[in-house]
Amino acid sequence: MTPADTSGAAARTHKGTRKGTGPRRRRVGAGGGQGVPLPLLLPALLALAFLLVPLLALLVRTPWQSMPEQLTSPVVWQALRLSLVCATAATAVSLVLGVPLAWLLARTEFPGRGLVRALVTLPLVLPPVVGGVALLMALGRNGIVGQWLDQWFGISLPFTTAGVVVAEAFVAMPFLVISVEGTLRAADRRYEEAAATLGASRFTAFRRVTLPLIAPGIAAGSVLAWARALGEFGATITFAGNFPDRTQTMPLAVYLALQSDPEAAIALSVVLLAVSIAVLAGLRDRWMTAS
Amino acid sequence: MTHTGKPGHDLTGDETGAPEPEGLDARLVVDHGTFRLDIALTAAPGEVVALLGPNGAGKSTALRALAGLAPLTAGHLSLDGTELDRLPPESRPVGVVFQDYLLFPHLTALDNVAFGPRCQGATKAQARATAAAWLDRMGLADHAGAKPRRLSGGQAQRVALARALATGPRLLLLDEPLAALDARTRLDVRAQLRRHLAAFEAVAVLVTHDPLDAMVLADRLVVVEHGRVVQEGTPQDIARHPRTDYIARLVGLNLYTGRAEGHTVRLDGGPTVTTTEDLTGQVFVAFPPGAVTLHSSRPTGSSARNLWRCEVAGMETHGDQIRVDLTGELPLAADLTTVAAAELELHPGAEVWATLKATQTHAYPV
Repeated sequence: MTPADTSGAAARTHKGTRKGTGPRRRRVGAGGGQGVPLPLLLPALLALAFLLVPLLALLVRTPWQSMPEQLTSPVVWQALRLSLVCATAATAVSLVLGVPLAWLLARTEFPGRGLVRALVTLPLVLPPVVGGVALLMALGRNGIVGQWLDQWFGISLPFTTAGVVVAEAFVAMPFLVISVEGTLRAADRRYEEAAATLGASRFTAFRRVTLPLIAPGIAAGSVLAWARALGEFGATITFAGNFPDRTQTMPLAVYLALQSDPEAAIALSVVLLAVSIAVLAGLRDRWMTAS
Repeated sequence: MTHTGKPGHDLTGDETGAPEPEGLDARLVVDHGTFRLDIALTAAPGEVVALLGPNGAGKSTALRALAGLAPLTAGHLSLDGTELDRLPPESRPVGVVFQDYLLFPHLTALDNVAFGPRCQGATKAQARATAAAWLDRMGLADHAGAKPRRLSGGQAQRVALARALATGPRLLLLDEPLAALDARTRLDVRAQLRRHLAAFEAVAVLVTHDPLDAMVLADRLVVVEHGRVVQEGTPQDIARHPRTDYIARLVGLNLYTGRAEGHTVRLDGGPTVTTTEDLTGQVFVAFPPGAVTLHSSRPTGSSARNLWRCEVAGMETHGDQIRVDLTGELPLAADLTTVAAAELELHPGAEVWATLKATQTHAYPV
């Protein structure tokens, strides 16, 4: 998914909603040549309802009076804090490792580049639980890498906060890589050539010219990755488990609370919904329309 | 090959093959799909050489090869006695002014110019001081803090020139330096650029498809067509003795080849032209479109020695003149006033008679 796609989708949804209630609907009744045929209109409205009603239901059932109390309860607060810290850390890891990888994919030619690119995007479509299992096989205490980490450095990642960051980064980094790679491909390479004729090495050109030029794309990719990391469930619970204050992030807390304390689950869900809406709005207004 | 250096420039070292050759000596061969560029290019320090040619002739490829942005398939490239062909662009003492300038949009004019000195190891303060001096020289001291998008086309062009010069290049390359400007600014900027190029002590190579830019800015023209050099010389020489259709059209001349016997030249196309020169063998014959007179019927009392029957193929306005494109016995271009065109009732397909005085023609050996 590239930031441009997201922007397009966001813009379309936005317009579509407005038109549904606006002048376009009157034209349907008029039955003119420009009208929307019923076989298309009905499923479209149904789809819209299907997507919006659950969210509405969530808001309708939210215990607004007890919200402040819910959000300040230790379990919720711990989960919220842990989620924000881990998602931010995972985004940072994705940036540090993912931007160079995006550059490699966009700016160099090497055998098997297409395959590497496909493998990078694999976690996008891979069921997150499978990702968690795979991480255990790699970084678990008996994993092919994890056993050496344990033996040599005494580092064990599973079922730790660091493990949460690893799981989230695994799932979120591809979003960033694909987004930044798209921006890099769209960026004018001749600026890098200009930098080279001024004596800049390839790395200097990247640092002083390319990076500032693609900053909006990196920011958009980071937000996508951050949002993905924040909502990560499957890989996290598989690789890092579900320990309050250590690995229990918001989605995990929501799932657990739903069985014992539905009101807390709803409150947490509303917070996550608010964050998602903020991300969407931020992406559209700050970066998409600007570029 | 003769170098046409700037007045007062000492070329003796170059011509006697002194131990330390100065300037540019290159043969550029670049294969690009089915296209092959193969040109030889030499230039003395202080000389401004223009690569002139139609779009797709390979001029820009030549420039990219000189800058190291396109690898040479074969040939060599030496500058002041140093082989450059194996060096990456960042290691070449070459400055480039790109066609659309490519000023870094996130940096101010000052930091754009300071970029090169920074890369060469200057401290931030040193680089900025150098940059400020260059901007001052370009008359842009007031715009040092402006981002490129706030600069006019002419200002951006000067910032780009300052940026290229701030690294102290031994070879300055300019790719269509005036193409991005509108007609009004172009005149000013061309004059300024000419001054700056005249003050530049190393080799400058500029690429253009505009003969006027080339003739105003360059000491010597190298005309490139289809990846080859077809003619080179001073602007005056090329304007007077074009050797291809392209150059003839550029400098506004009708050009033909033929075989001369005395004052008569039998053109390769068939008809003959009477000239004032007395020549034998293969020659070029050239005459300006303005020298042609058109008549709606066969003229009887004309003293002109050349008369051809033609048909109007097309017309277009050129300022207050109309350029008429003629086919028939001799394909040629004729310029006439709008009044004359109206009186002749010219329209595509109309039959006209073209006359030309022998004194208006110019014949020279191939």
